[in-house]
Amino acid sequence: MIDVINLEKHFGGTQVLRGISVKIEKGDIVVVIGPSGSGKSTFLRCLNCMEDPTGGQIIFNGVDIADQRVDINVHRRHMGMVFQHFNLFNNKTVIENIMLAPVHLRCQDLRRAKRSNFFNRIGNVFRKGEQKKELLPVTAGKAEIRREAREEALSLLKRIGLEDKADVYPATLSGGQKQRVAIVRSLAMNPDVILFDEPTSALDPEMVGEVLDLMKALAREGMTMIIVTHEMGFAREVANKVLFIDEGQILESGSPEEFFGNPKNPRLKEFLSKVL
Amino acid sequence: MGNFSQKIDKFIEIFVNQNGYVRVLEGLRNTLTIAVLGLIIGILIGTLIATVRVIPKYKLLPRVLNGFCSFYVGFFRGTPMVVQLLLFYFVALPLAGRHMTGVQVAICVFGLNSGAYISEIMRSGILSVDPGQMEAGRAVGLNFGTTMMKVVLPQAVKNILPTLGNEFITLVKETSVVSFVGAADLYVAFNYIGSNSYEFMVPYLVMALIYILLVLIISAGIKIMERSLRKSDRRH
Repeated sequence: MIDVINLEKHFGGTQVLRGISVKIEKGDIVVVIGPSGSGKSTFLRCLNCMEDPTGGQIIFNGVDIADQRVDINVHRRHMGMVFQHFNLFNNKTVIENIMLAPVHLRCQDLRRAKRSNFFNRIGNVFRKGEQKKELLPVTAGKAEIRREAREEALSLLKRIGLEDKADVYPATLSGGQKQRVAIVRSLAMNPDVILFDEPTSALDPEMVGEVLDLMKALAREGMTMIIVTHEMGFAREVANKVLFIDEGQILESGSPEEFFGNPKNPRLKEFLSKVL
Repeated sequence: MGNFSQKIDKFIEIFVNQNGYVRVLEGLRNTLTIAVLGLIIGILIGTLIATVRVIPKYKLLPRVLNGFCSFYVGFFRGTPMVVQLLLFYFVALPLAGRHMTGVQVAICVFGLNSGAYISEIMRSGILSVDPGQMEAGRAVGLNFGTTMMKVVLPQAVKNILPTLGNEFITLVKETSVVSFVGAADLYVAFNYIGSNSYEFMVPYLVMALIYILLVLIISAGIKIMERSLRKSDRRH
C-alpha cells in the first residue's frame, strides 16, 4: 500500500534521512524505534508530506505523493495522523473536532458536484444522444451531511466512552482523553492508514494504557498503522514489523520476535540493552 | 467662577438653541463611521497581509506577494496619517480622475492605514497559535486556507483581541485629523460652536469628555467579547 523508495530529507545542510526504503502492506502494524534524533519522527512526517521529502519516492495507493505537483490534500484524507501533543483544535468542541474535516470535505465535494452538474447540464443542451455527459449524483444536502457526520462522530465517541464529553472543549479533557479523541478524529475520515507520532510520550503514565488499548483494538480490526514509539512492550505485542532507525537509515527490520529476540546490528543491541 | 458659568451659558445657548447639537451628532456619526468602517477594512486587509506573510515561502508567488506586503506595511507605518490623507485626497484622487467626499476619503485612508498596523498584530496572533494546530488541520486533509479560516485565525483573534481593541480606540481618536480633507467630525462640530461664540474652553472640554466616554464604551464592549471568546479555555 505504501512503498517508500530511497526517501531522503535535508534540513538546510544536515541530512536527516539517508535513503530509507520500506514496503508497507495493507493491515501491517509497523513500529519504528530508534534513539532520539535518529530521524524516526521525520520519517513519519515525510510519509504524509508534513515535511516535504527532498529525495526519493513515496508510492501511496499507486501515486507518488512525494511529487510536489500532486495535490497532497486529497491523499492526506486517506492517511490519518496522531500527534505527540494531540493537537486537538482548541477552538472547537470535542464533537466539532471530529466532524470538522468530514463535513467540510463532503460539503466541498457537494459544491463541486453541483457546479460540474450545472455546466454539464448547459453543455448537454448542445450535445446529442450518447455524447451527453452524465450528471454526478447529488445525494445529500448540507444539513444531511452534518447530521450524518454528527451521528458518526457520536458513535466514535461512544466507542471510546466519551459521548458525554461531546460538547465540551478540549481544554477540559485529560491527556489520555485528548489523545483518544485525536485518534477517533483521524478515524472519522475512514483512512487507509494511520500514522502515530509518539502518541503516548506526552501522557502521564497512568493514561498510557487507555491510549494503547485503543490502538490495540484498531490493530485487531485490521487498520494499517505506522507507529513511532518508545513503548517496547507494545511493539513486541502488537507489531508485525519493527524498524530500527538510526542516523537516518534503517539499520534493522524484521518481525518483533526476531527483532527483540535475536538482534543482529550492534547499534540495535546497544539500544535495546539500554531501553529494555 | 461667574466667568465660567457665563461660558457654560454661552455654550448651552449655541448647543441647544442654535442647533449646535445637530452638528455634534453629525460629527459623532462621521467619527464613528470612519472609525468603524476603517477598522473593518483594516481587519480584512490586515488578515490578508498577515496570512500572506505566514505562508511558507518556497514558491515564487508567495515571495512576490510577501515583498509587496512588506512595502505596503512599510509605507503606511512610515508616514503620518495626515500625510496619507493629504496624499490620497490631493494626489491619488486627481490622478485617478475621481471625486470622493471627505468622509469617504477618510474611511479609505483609515482602512488602509489600520490594515498595515493590524497585519502586524494579526501576524503575531497567528504566530502565537501552536503550529500543531495547522499541522493537525493539514493532516486531516484540509488545505492551508481552510485550516487558517476555521482553526488558526479564530484562535489568533482571541489572543489579539485586547490589542485589536486598542487599535480601534486609536482609530476613534485619530479621526480628529480628518478635517484636513474636509470631513466634519467631532472636532469640526465643536470648533464650529467655539468660533460662533468666540469661546472655546467649554466646547473643547465637552469634546474631550465625549471622546473619553466613547473609549470607555468601546473598552467595555471589548471586555464582553473577550469573555465570550474565552469560552474554550475554561477548564470545567
